[in-house]
Amino acid sequence: MSDAALSPGERSGIVRDSLAVGVATGAYGIGFGAVSVASGLSVAQTCVLSLLMFTGASQFALAGVVAAGGAPMSGAATALLLGTRNTLYGLRMAPLLQWRGWRRFAAAHVLIDESTAMAVNRDSTAGARLGFATTGIAVFVLWNLATAVGAVAGEAVGDPRTFGLDAAVGAAFLALLWPRLEARRNVVVAVAAAAVALAMVPVSAPGVPVLAAGGVALLVGVLAGRRRAAPAGRTADADGGHR
Amino acid sequence: MWTAVLLACVGCYALKLAGLSLPERVLSHPTVERVADLIPVALLAALVAVQVFSSGTALALDARVLGVAFAVVALLLRMPFLVVVVGAALVAGLARLV
Repeated sequence: MSDAALSPGERSGIVRDSLAVGVATGAYGIGFGAVSVASGLSVAQTCVLSLLMFTGASQFALAGVVAAGGAPMSGAATALLLGTRNTLYGLRMAPLLQWRGWRRFAAAHVLIDESTAMAVNRDSTAGARLGFATTGIAVFVLWNLATAVGAVAGEAVGDPRTFGLDAAVGAAFLALLWPRLEARRNVVVAVAAAAVALAMVPVSAPGVPVLAAGGVALLVGVLAGRRRAAPAGRTADADGGHR
Repeated sequence: MWTAVLLACVGCYALKLAGLSLPERVLSHPTVERVADLIPVALLAALVAVQVFSSGTALALDARVLGVAFAVVALLLRMPFLVVVVGAALVAGLARLV
C-alpha cells in the first residue's frame, strides 16, 4: 500500500472504468423500479428503497419476497441478511480507504458490490478512494434516476429482458470477478460458490443462494489456514506473498 | 409496508457503517484476512451464476447464457469493461429476436 499520488493516466483510467460500472449498474435500476412496482410497492416506497437502502440485491430481495406473497417483514429480514455482505466489504475497505469522520458516514452509504470491486484491487489509498467514490456516486445517481424512471413507467418499460439487460448484469459481475481469478484457490472458490448458489436456487428464497455461497469462502479460508500451518517454515513465505 | 421498508433501510445502512467502523485488528488475524479476501470471489461467482442461470426460484437456460459466453470471450481478449457488458446485452437481446 503506497501513498504515492496518482498519475493523470491512472486517474482517468480509474474514472473511466468506474463510470462504465455506474452506467451498466444504473441502467439495471430501471428493472428494479419496474419489478418493485409490479411487486406491489408504491412508486414512493420504490424510490425510498433506492435512495436509503441503496444495495441492489437487498432491494430486489425485498421486492421479490413481497411479490411471492411473503410478509413485508420477512422481505425486510431477507434484505438485511443480504446486507451483511456489505459489512464484510466494509471490513475489507476500511484499511484501504482510511476515511474518518463524516467521510466515513458518507462512504458507508455507497459501500456496495460495485464500489468495493472497483477499489479493492488498487495498490494505493488514493487509487482506492478514487475508484470507490467515483463508482459509488455514479451508481447512486444513475441507480436512483433509473429507479424513478422504471417505477413511473411501470410494467411497460419493466422487463429487464428487453435489450438483454439481464445478461448485462451477469456479464458485469463476471468482469468484476475476472481479475481475481489469477490465484488457483480463487478459481476453486468461485466454481464451488457458483455450484452451491445454483444448488440452493430451487430450495430457498431469492437472495439466499448468494449468501450461502459466502459460506464457501469461510470454509476454504479456514481450512487453507489449517493445511498451511502443518509444514513448518513455509507459513511466513506463503503469507509474505499474499498481497 | 412502510415500516418494513424503513426498518430494512436503516438496518442495511447500519450494517455498512459497522463494516467501516469495526477496528482494523478484526482483520489482522490471517484466517480472517483470507476469508475476507475470498468472500468477494465467492459472492461475485454466486451472483454471476444466479444472474445467468436462474429465474426466480427456478434454474433456467436462456439467451443470457449466450450473452455471458460473449463476455467470457471478450474478457479473454482483454477487451474493456464497457465492451464486455454492452456486448453481452446486445448478444442476449439479438438472440431473443431470432
